[in-house]
Amino acid sequence: MNERPATTAAGWRRASGWLLLAGLVAFACADLAVTRTAPGAELLRVAQGFLAPRLLGEHGLGAGELGRALANTLAFAFQGVAFGAAAGFLLALFWHRRAVRAAAASVRAVHELFWGLLLMQVAGLSPLTGVLAIALPYAGIFAKVFGEMLEEADPAPVASLPRARQRLSTFFYARLPLIAADARAYTAYRLECALRASAILGFIGLPTLGFHLETAFREGHYSQGAGLLYLLFALILTQRLWLRARLVPVYLLAALLWAPPLGQGDWATLVRFVTQDLVPAPLARDQGWAALGDWGWMLWREQVGPGLWNTLVLGMAALLLTALLALLLFPLRSPLFGNRLTRWLGHGLLVVLRTTPEFFLAFFLLIILGPSMLPGILALALHTGAIIGHLTGRFSEGLRLRADSARGINRYAYEVLPRLSPTFLALLLYRWEIIMRETAVLGILGIHTLGFYIDSSVAEFRFDRTLVLILATVCLNLAVDAFSRRLRARLRLAREGRLC
Amino acid sequence: MSDALFRFHGARLGHGDATVFAALDLSIQRGETVALLGASGSGKSTLLAALRAQHEALCAWCPQEQALVPMLSVFHNIYMGGLHRHGTWHNLRTLLRPGAADRAEVGALAARLGLTDKLFTSVDRLSGGQAQRTALGRALYTQRPVLLGDEPVSNLDEHQGLALMRHALAAHDTAVVAMHDRALALACFQRVLGLRHGELVLDAPAASLTLADLDALYRP
Repeated sequence: MNERPATTAAGWRRASGWLLLAGLVAFACADLAVTRTAPGAELLRVAQGFLAPRLLGEHGLGAGELGRALANTLAFAFQGVAFGAAAGFLLALFWHRRAVRAAAASVRAVHELFWGLLLMQVAGLSPLTGVLAIALPYAGIFAKVFGEMLEEADPAPVASLPRARQRLSTFFYARLPLIAADARAYTAYRLECALRASAILGFIGLPTLGFHLETAFREGHYSQGAGLLYLLFALILTQRLWLRARLVPVYLLAALLWAPPLGQGDWATLVRFVTQDLVPAPLARDQGWAALGDWGWMLWREQVGPGLWNTLVLGMAALLLTALLALLLFPLRSPLFGNRLTRWLGHGLLVVLRTTPEFFLAFFLLIILGPSMLPGILALALHTGAIIGHLTGRFSEGLRLRADSARGINRYAYEVLPRLSPTFLALLLYRWEIIMRETAVLGILGIHTLGFYIDSSVAEFRFDRTLVLILATVCLNLAVDAFSRRLRARLRLAREGRLC
Repeated sequence: MSDALFRFHGARLGHGDATVFAALDLSIQRGETVALLGASGSGKSTLLAALRAQHEALCAWCPQEQALVPMLSVFHNIYMGGLHRHGTWHNLRTLLRPGAADRAEVGALAARLGLTDKLFTSVDRLSGGQAQRTALGRALYTQRPVLLGDEPVSNLDEHQGLALMRHALAAHDTAVVAMHDRALALACFQRVLGLRHGELVLDAPAASLTLADLDALYRP
């Protein structure tokens, strides 16, 4: 009997085994303490708040203030997506150039909140900061997605055209129409993400919904906080109703008029910021190369090194928990399991979890559980697990099982899981990069990942350190992205990533 | 005719709104081996599905599209026929690491099917004929008295097809098998049913038929 398995499933199992091992090591290294003495009591107060939400009154948030926060959230999101999509589209035309791909990868490796922290130093707490914090990373994301769409589009229509040198006409007639529908759907999805990002920018001081959300929760006004969160949910969940192609120019014009993307600083501020503030302190003070070496070593030992390690530990632990949660959650919405009631409930649970930004989930869990890595791991896993569970469950709708197929756990393990594995792994590996990106940014909430050191350096006006730390997050993201792409190619997984 | 295993009396069979058989009259006794012949689209698969619906718990099922799990090994695909006989924990453990008893049992079956050296190769790396033998292996491993097969040996060479068909029939009390191979039908089965556009146009003992009689079924 031949004992060496030569199965396709074995390759996926090996890769999953290594990821499992890495996740377990990360869990062993992670700080998982629950530091709050009575999390139950706090949870009860939070639950009361969520059952009796309140938008206005009591704690001083007037209708005008709420309206302005809502309008800002929408305006930043709309402009961010519009500028990001336009720039991304232009970059996508040159997607075959390595430099363009590298530039796009770098700008999208920096999180919206980090862009916000940097831009704030030049343009202040202005609409320009809010819009660019979204537009810059989104340009990188759009460039990649549009670029890959163009790459994968059917080449036949171009090939069948007579050979002429009208490249622009060829593009608009034979290439753009092929991807137009997909590109439009993706842009609509990105607007949903931008609404979340715009709200979250309030956590670093911009006047969006997140600003009031953070204040309300931090001061223990849970009814008010719950009301604001429900408002954000309503905005995102009704997007399909109010986002009409014909109305987009109106919305965009309104966004530009409400919050013209202008900053507070001037040209001189920018020049000073780039040529002085961002330059490593020993160089700016002419202390020579030896001092620069000491500075670099100090920064690595005290901030970059620990920050990278914590980001990696938290991210890998979150990846493992995400995978486990997604595998538990996807049957809840799959037509192959359960009944109508369980599917309805499962759908609801997954919608709530994936609509709530992971940054906010982490903030919320930190209040309940106290500071440690646990809230961060849980938040990332709940949000991402719901996204992957949802997409995997949706993919399972396409499976046709034979009439005598097993039921329950046997069906899950033998019929469904093997067939879903390539999709599931592709989604998980694609999401890995996003988990790392979000892990770094959770530091702003006080978890000691790279974002913690970035936030501290900004508070100390040591922007030279901020720059080095942000570059460290970029390197980490690029490394994870490259590794995940190689793994996907090796396992011959399809490009399912664009789904999320 | 009182102890008929399967019985249809003026039955309407079809998928959803599409009617395949308007009014089917048919009964099949326990112990019979029945070959189902007819051109593509004559209703063979519909009839098999209806037979299965009458006695799900008695039937070993070998559908046409094979419906194997392509990324799992031959061992696991055959073992899946017996999932209902084992406990869930045993099944989960077997998915990760098959036990010695199951290896021996499934291995012996695979040896009969000529799949010994492919036992731990996944189905997506097999030839069409090897995959078909795996599907037949699953039906055999189901270990139920009635075999319902839809062209289970169509991708095999004549010699191997005949041997495996005989083996499969010997392992079941009753069998209804759809096929195109008329010589095989006459060589292995007791009774032949001929279908044409959703009607039963031939129902006779195989011994009373010749190849020429069966050719008529395929004439336009």
